[in-house]
Amino acid sequence: MARRALAISTATSAAVAALVMLLVLAPIGAVGLRAGWPDGLGAADWAALRFTVFQAVLSAVFSAVLAIPVARALARRQFRGRGALVLLMGAPFILPVIVAVMGLLAVFGQSGILNTGLVALGLPPVQIYGLHGVVLAHVFFNLPLATRLLLQGWEAIPQERFRLAASLGMGPQEVLRWLEWPMLKERLPAVLLVVFLICLSSFAVALTLGGGPRATTLELAVYQAFHLEFDLGRAALLALVQLALVLSVGLAALRLGTLAGFGAGRGAMRQRWDVGALWLKAQDAFVLGLATCFIALPLAMVALRGFTALADLPASVWRAAGASLIIALCSTVLCIAAALALAAARGRWAEMVGLLGLAVSPLVLGTGLFLLINPYFSPQALALPITMVVNALMALPFALRIVGPEYARAEADFGRLADALGLKGLARLRRMILPQIRRALGFAAGLAAALSMGDLGVIALFADAETATLPLQVYRLMGAYRMEAAAGAALLLVGLSFGLFALFDWGGRRGADT
Amino acid sequence: MKHLAFATGVFASAAGIAAAETPELVVYTYDSFVSEWGPGPQIETAFEAVCGCDLKFVAAGDGAALLSRLRLEGDRSEADIVLGLDTNLTSAAKETGLFAPHSVTADYSLPVAWDDDTFAPYDWGYFAFVHQAEFDAPTSLKALAASDARILIQDPRSSTPGLGLLMWVKAAYGDEAPRLWADLADNIVTVTKGWSEAYGLFLEGEADMVLSYTTSPAYHLIAEEDASKTAALFDEGHYLQVEVAGKLAASDQPVLADRFLEFMVSEAFQSVIPTTNWMYPAVTPAAGLPAGFDSLVQPEKALLLSADEAAAVRAEALEEWRAALSQ
Repeated sequence: MARRALAISTATSAAVAALVMLLVLAPIGAVGLRAGWPDGLGAADWAALRFTVFQAVLSAVFSAVLAIPVARALARRQFRGRGALVLLMGAPFILPVIVAVMGLLAVFGQSGILNTGLVALGLPPVQIYGLHGVVLAHVFFNLPLATRLLLQGWEAIPQERFRLAASLGMGPQEVLRWLEWPMLKERLPAVLLVVFLICLSSFAVALTLGGGPRATTLELAVYQAFHLEFDLGRAALLALVQLALVLSVGLAALRLGTLAGFGAGRGAMRQRWDVGALWLKAQDAFVLGLATCFIALPLAMVALRGFTALADLPASVWRAAGASLIIALCSTVLCIAAALALAAARGRWAEMVGLLGLAVSPLVLGTGLFLLINPYFSPQALALPITMVVNALMALPFALRIVGPEYARAEADFGRLADALGLKGLARLRRMILPQIRRALGFAAGLAAALSMGDLGVIALFADAETATLPLQVYRLMGAYRMEAAAGAALLLVGLSFGLFALFDWGGRRGADT
Repeated sequence: MKHLAFATGVFASAAGIAAAETPELVVYTYDSFVSEWGPGPQIETAFEAVCGCDLKFVAAGDGAALLSRLRLEGDRSEADIVLGLDTNLTSAAKETGLFAPHSVTADYSLPVAWDDDTFAPYDWGYFAFVHQAEFDAPTSLKALAASDARILIQDPRSSTPGLGLLMWVKAAYGDEAPRLWADLADNIVTVTKGWSEAYGLFLEGEADMVLSYTTSPAYHLIAEEDASKTAALFDEGHYLQVEVAGKLAASDQPVLADRFLEFMVSEAFQSVIPTTNWMYPAVTPAAGLPAGFDSLVQPEKALLLSADEAAAVRAEALEEWRAALSQ
């Protein structure tokens, strides 16, 4: 096979991959070397590992399976507010953990809406705390993300295929078998993988909603090793276990996902002919209604709680918001550049490198970087740049997962044409790739920006009294009993994160359909 | 006018030189101390007014994170003072060999005698379960375990109050502690990562009581004029949290560091503590405690394991806790 011309050179991709690997592995090494090798993991660590994997598997399966009908309904229906609903799907994922937990408890907690309603009806209240609570919270975070990723899959099926299906007289069953199922087979493993990996590093959500030490996750074990026992060797070992887990599961999942190969076409389908039946309409309306309630109610509670305090937030909150915005924008640029470079490599190794950002405990990463930097520079002085880089690294797996398949599709569908036209380098990127992946790019950039905005990240390890990001400021307010002001600052945080997300996402979707 | 401008220029640059030579004292502390609602800003202003120096606070999470930060940095640390450890951490802190003895003496108003020559206390409080005034609270840990009151606690592995409760139960019940934890298990609504989460959940009505301090109701009373919260008095006595500061042996400002520790137990520092850190000052100010503090419950018996005892029983107590609550 003749060599393809490239939009981004192999050397660039390799350099980015090497840099990402260095950023992940060097800190683990630094922590490990500082301590010497520990004897091994204790019984409590193994229990934590088992629980971590178990809850992550459950959360991934529930999120992905429930996302199928939601994404399917969104893909085949046109209605007023559909765009807004798709946008809303980005919101839970970008919520800071503590804010989301408060929102969920306002709905599902002891004195939440659900239990108030049940008691009013004379029914016994339900208890949210336990494994089911952990899974519920993780589904709340990840169902919308899974829906968006699957919707992207539906939109990648060219409209010609649906036209052909319609002219062949295919009903919904046949469309499912010949078009939707091959697409799901391509996308589902990766969706499961991403949600699994996100839930693997859960800490505060699992602990708070899990109801006690039964719900101890690996991340808590790492925290304990660091702060309570100062056992750096054990912390590094736990980080390596997590890394091995992520890489082995990642390899397995990526092997399962095969490109469905629908061929080139004129973009996503808007009108469908196979879904006119009344019961199908009712089914889709029900699914979308339920999903909207599930996502919007906790969000509305967050807004309600924060609204009154929003007017008189202290100046420091606004300063922190400014710092957070700058960090978010810079790390978005870094993240998207790295995602494009890795997507261009289109190898399984590039996918694995991209996953590394999720594979490493933020605490180990932060501490390792601290150890590496401390002998040469003041960590406080570098707090903001480091936060930018780490946030970009943490968002990279998502960005790559979103951009990667679209990049591959663009090359598969239009690569030969571009070759024939002699398009290479930046021109190929601008004229062929970007127009094809615009929608995915907007979504990825939106997520990266919002994630960076809401992430407590490593700033807590590096900050001094003056530098604070908005999430850190929310925690400081809570720590000082200022729960109402904290709720206001949290609402501001959610508003800004969502605003950034919406801006990028809208920018990507606008004009993507031609 | 020109002369005046010239003169101002001279003075300005003289001030610049003076600023460059102003010694800097770096104090590592926990997050909530430095926030604008914490004691940090007022204390910085007050100390800088008398020391001719620049006081710089660096925040590092909570007490435990503070100590790990210091251990990571070792003797390369920029810190001159570490402020914010409690007696559960001081044994490990002393073991690092990074701290130098202090020479602070004061007429402490602590409920226990203080004779630590490495760390000096700046405030203290009793751990307690806080509840709404109308709630009929149990009167002991044992009664709580037997009742059906729903409580929120913090994880001892990630939170200093959580660790405090662990020590409270151990100090009160010794070898019987696992039994008490087993009885408490069905009262615990959930265990949170830190104090903020648990207290936030309590205010949202998720439980009847939350592990906090006897001084917590003072915040609601003074800052919010809300008298609806109170703390439950327990017969076994209440475990103490004593917050301390120490001077680093590798400090490049040892004299200034000593001055800061002296300042720490003085009126100017201590009078800021009650309504910013919401704890009892280590030395009661001459004017007494702010109005509102007199309405707080007063435990008759203070429990406190010595720093060495606390360090010795921690691993065992943690395992008992984990085993009892993981059933």
